[in-house]
Amino acid sequence: MLLEIADLQVHYGKIEAIKGLSLQVDEGEIVTLIGSNGAGKTTTLKTISGLRRPTAGSIVFDGQDITKLAGHRRVQLGLCQAPEGRGIFPGMTVLENLEMGAYIRGKPPAADLDRAFSLFPRLAERRRQQGGTLSGGEQQMLAIGRALMAHPKLLLLDEPSMGLAPLIVTQIFAILREINNSGTTILLVEQNASSALQLSDRAYLLETGRVVMSGAAHDLLYEPAVRDAYLGAAPQPEERTDTS
Amino acid sequence: MRRIGLPDVIGPISDRWSRLPTPARYVVYVIAIVAAFALPADSIGSFMSPQSDWSAILFYPIGVYILLAIGLNVVVGQAGLLDLGYVAFFAIGGYTMGKIGLSLKWDFWVILPCGIAAAAVAGVILGAPTLRLRGDYLAIVTLGFGEIIRITANNLNFTGGPRGLSGIPNPPSVGSFSALQFNVATTKPFYYLVLVMIILAIVLVKRLERSRVGRAWAAIREDEDAAEVMGVPTFRFKLWAFAIGACIGGAAGVLFAAQTISITPEDFPFLLSSYIVVAVVLGGSGNLAGVILGAFLVAWLPERFRGFADYRVLAFGGALVLMMIVRPEGLLPSRRRRAELAEGTGGMGSLGGGVGGAQTQAVRIEAVETDAVQTGAVESEAAP
Repeated sequence: MLLEIADLQVHYGKIEAIKGLSLQVDEGEIVTLIGSNGAGKTTTLKTISGLRRPTAGSIVFDGQDITKLAGHRRVQLGLCQAPEGRGIFPGMTVLENLEMGAYIRGKPPAADLDRAFSLFPRLAERRRQQGGTLSGGEQQMLAIGRALMAHPKLLLLDEPSMGLAPLIVTQIFAILREINNSGTTILLVEQNASSALQLSDRAYLLETGRVVMSGAAHDLLYEPAVRDAYLGAAPQPEERTDTS
Repeated sequence: MRRIGLPDVIGPISDRWSRLPTPARYVVYVIAIVAAFALPADSIGSFMSPQSDWSAILFYPIGVYILLAIGLNVVVGQAGLLDLGYVAFFAIGGYTMGKIGLSLKWDFWVILPCGIAAAAVAGVILGAPTLRLRGDYLAIVTLGFGEIIRITANNLNFTGGPRGLSGIPNPPSVGSFSALQFNVATTKPFYYLVLVMIILAIVLVKRLERSRVGRAWAAIREDEDAAEVMGVPTFRFKLWAFAIGACIGGAAGVLFAAQTISITPEDFPFLLSSYIVVAVVLGGSGNLAGVILGAFLVAWLPERFRGFADYRVLAFGGALVLMMIVRPEGLLPSRRRRAELAEGTGGMGSLGGGVGGAQTQAVRIEAVETDAVQTGAVESEAAP
């Protein structure tokens, strides 16, 4: 088990945002947290990456209890997040942003930069452009590329499809598949449930800070309750594509 | 139609500057330094300051303000932390000089590192509990800290209460060079001394800016959460920024006390903190040349136009409001700063840290709309 969260509780002041959440991520998997606004998806991710402190529960990553570990130390263990709202450094160029991704290792080797640029050729074209001047899709690509620069064992992605055109979403999800194939485990938070479920191995459905359903992503995709509530654009059974 | 503004002029200049070969740049540095040393000349002074002693003004306020602005720029401009109580470190440096100079009769050159160390310790003591706060909250706490130091100095017998300390020794004179005779009657030597300290501070700050620490500060300023998840120990580096800024403020304080000979708590009002913040923001937070220009203007203009000195706070207020409307990035902003402002981060400290700028919010709205479209799609598909 790469990541194991048990009975996690997170509070914002007196408000309990996460009410005893447990989940596991195995090595090599893509796992998705789906749910509507305010279900606690982002809070869960922030707590895993160390930006929020849980009030109870435990987080074990790669056999080590990291519940109380500072966020920047978790990166050294191989836990890396592409933050919500993309979190690009707007004043730094694309290249500098990528270099920041490798901050824990000092100057990144050229091979790492090449890898990011081959995954996202668009970034190579714009390597001297400032992060803040990129389009939404490019910023998302940069956020993912930057997170990969730290060589994470587990990549945490917060809403990679947020605010992006459908075509770009498809593109980004294809790249996520590629990243996963090359050995990086991915924990994904998405509102775009149908794309996310098609990509993932397993999924958890969150509602008001609790896991209300979990299982193989494939099963959730055809679960009537999930379909009604979250899957507007789910594929009909006949156009079902095998994603495994 | 796009208006051609100052950025269009400065942009190419700064581009060309950064492409200039290193030796050429050093030539420019040397010319600037020589010019700075020639600044106290009477022929310049008669224009710059017809009413009062030009080289005295060059030391205080101009030189000291510039030194303070360079220090505060580390905190505000580089790490993006809004510190409204920066005068506290200046005061701590001043009182260290006064107290040790009077009681232990140590030499200025020995007290200088003590004052720097005392200010650094104060910076860490202030920073350790408060740097977990962000934006506006940090600004309020630092403002309080500045006042606490002043009021404490006002109320303690140890610091001489409201009468302060007087008879503080001048730095010892060096040899018989007229430029190095430090006493009440001389003004130029103090200017040369502050100039040397400014140059050293610039070298230190520039080196830091280009180092790993500087990159970490930039990341913290632009997006603190993102910096943390990139593995930047944000808290530690913010503390470093505070301590280094405090060191420079402390050094300025030691020098100030050694020149004026007597200090009172009223030498360290909140207004001085705000002047230095104004200098940094007005000049172009984060860009050293801009910050120096800003400090120069803030210090020099009221001296040049002494008749209007009573209105200077009003004039600053007006100028600031105007600047925020016309040029929120300052007179000489860095290119990076402009991009940050457009994004709604890293503006003035992290004052806007919690609030998205126009562009960021637009993205959010867009996201909500796509959601709405998707939910709409559910309904329309489910209908038949």
